[in-house]
Amino acid sequence: MIKAINELGSNVLASIEQIGRTFNLLVIIAWKLTQPPYQIYPIIKQMYFIGARSLTVIIISGVTIGMVLGLQFYNTLERFGSVGVLGSAVALSIIRELGPVMTALMVVGRAGSAICAELGIMRISEQVDALECMAIAPDKYLVAPKLVAGILSVPLLNFVFNVVAIGGGYYVGVVLFGMAEGSYINGMIDSVVWSDVRLGLMKSLIFGMLITLICCAKGFYLHLSEHGSKGAEGVSRVTTDAVVISSIAVLFCDFLIGAVMS
Amino acid sequence: MDTATTNAIEIRDLVVDFGSRRILENISFDIHQGEIMVIMGGSGAGKSTLLRCLLGLKAPTSGHIHMLGTDICHATKTDLYKMREKMGVAFQGGALFTSMSVAENIQLPLREHTNLDENTIQIMTRIKLDMVNMLPHENLMPSELSGGMTKRAALARAIIMDPKLLFFDEPSAGLDPITSAELDELIIKLKKSMKMTIVVVTHELESVFAIADRIAILGDRELIQIGTPHEIKASCDKRVIDLLNRTPRESIVDSDAHLKRLTRNAQS
Amino acid sequence: MNKINIELVTGVFVIIGIACFTWLAVAVAGATFTEQPGYTLSARFTSTSGLREGAIIEGAGVRIGTVTGIAFDPESFEAIVELRINENVPVQEDAIAAIRTQGIIGEKYIKIIPGGFDELLTDGMELFETESSISLEELVSRYIFSSD
Repeated sequence: MIKAINELGSNVLASIEQIGRTFNLLVIIAWKLTQPPYQIYPIIKQMYFIGARSLTVIIISGVTIGMVLGLQFYNTLERFGSVGVLGSAVALSIIRELGPVMTALMVVGRAGSAICAELGIMRISEQVDALECMAIAPDKYLVAPKLVAGILSVPLLNFVFNVVAIGGGYYVGVVLFGMAEGSYINGMIDSVVWSDVRLGLMKSLIFGMLITLICCAKGFYLHLSEHGSKGAEGVSRVTTDAVVISSIAVLFCDFLIGAVMS
Repeated sequence: MDTATTNAIEIRDLVVDFGSRRILENISFDIHQGEIMVIMGGSGAGKSTLLRCLLGLKAPTSGHIHMLGTDICHATKTDLYKMREKMGVAFQGGALFTSMSVAENIQLPLREHTNLDENTIQIMTRIKLDMVNMLPHENLMPSELSGGMTKRAALARAIIMDPKLLFFDEPSAGLDPITSAELDELIIKLKKSMKMTIVVVTHELESVFAIADRIAILGDRELIQIGTPHEIKASCDKRVIDLLNRTPRESIVDSDAHLKRLTRNAQS
Repeated sequence: MNKINIELVTGVFVIIGIACFTWLAVAVAGATFTEQPGYTLSARFTSTSGLREGAIIEGAGVRIGTVTGIAFDPESFEAIVELRINENVPVQEDAIAAIRTQGIIGEKYIKIIPGGFDELLTDGMELFETESSISLEELVSRYIFSSD
């Protein structure tokens, strides 16, 4: 019994330590980004990896989710005779909620896991130590470009997702079920206001930072975690952790931002 | 005797703990300028930890390391980074960046720390690649290299900034005897041509006596003996003799007695 | 992988992203970065339940303005709504501002019913004739409780 309490206590302590370490990394990088030299090319390279290479999966999932929403809302709204609001229902739920959340989850799965594994492998193969010994700060050289690229790429992906999802809803509502084109588009235009788009933008900025930060910190601090001495298995374990934790963080923050800013 | 000119590294009363476990206890010795110092010892004797302390990657529990006049254990990050520009490190696994070609790996310190033009960088890269006989392979990716090539590329990256100190972690680990001998020759050549102080950490006896000017033997947390290869060979310390003669530890040799002890423990 | 390629593809990605954002912000959400010419009126409602900032203002079924702000007045316990009316749209002093719903469960909007006076309202003035939003639940409960 005492042993169980002990274990629980040390687990809680370890998690708090991890949270502290993660945000400490954010502060260090934010400070180091203000110091020269400023390098753009590494950020572009990371944006290519996190952003551009995620476009396909974002477009496919966006169209699919837009179509599913269109279908479900159409069937429900038809019972109340209000199919006219389909456009606004699809657009609002995509722009305010589903767009930022789904984009973030997709990026976690596609790029976040890869970032974490990459940094973890660099840590266990002494590449991080090698950078340190070349007097190149590894946090600025390795983590900072990824973080900046994440913060920039996720909102852009989010807007692409929004547009193709609205397109998916349009396809189902207008092309398949034959509702009036104007009623979908104008219903959407009348109901969506700037504050909706702003909320989506805020969310995706925060999610972008959060997921890249968590995935980077998990891989970068592999040697300090409990899986630190496990080599390849350690990398796979922290990568799993990073994906799970960042997904939960996204969902929780979505609720939090919704509660604070609605 | 003017110590400042002859000692590249001074280690004083170094103590390192890992949690409650003591890894190194009161290590004190000097490494002279321009010599090849080999730090050797069995697995788990603490040689990797000592190397990490020398590189400033691990802070010791107590003690000092003076490197070219700087106390790297208590230096600020800026001073430490300045110091590190004067040292080169070749890691055990090479630690080449997998996303860059061999040439790009080698150029990285130049690009980060100097404002040289592209042409000069290319020339310097080729000179260093030629030194380690890697010139034909400059455009390969690290994943395409053999073990010996990886080590040579890592060595080229370590010397690109013409460091005053060169650290080499396990140069012969995982290599066949011929490649390993080639690497030893390369280290001696570097010492002669570039007048570097070289610290090699290894447990490979053959390379130790081939390259060392002096040898420091670590065993079970402490420094057992330090001296020239001759002095080490003539040593009377039992632990040194065991290490040189590759005498296995008692428990493994006397298997019958050991087995008996194990079974007795199980029965009681 | 070659250097120019990465930059090109990333550039295309950024342009697509910004284009999507611009479309959403300008065409769908109707955000304007320069304020549209027009004038601002205020109106007091006993309830604005369901009305949001950015909701449209209609006159004879045509969009003539936007709700730019909703505030609560603690003294009178009323809501003060800021109405941004497009230029060249006259609103008489006795015109009525009514909160209406598109369909049964649609968006709330404000309908301006023209008055008969000659005097027109100008920037910063108040519309005194208002009709608050009709809550479906209230109507239903009134019907239920009055019927027995």
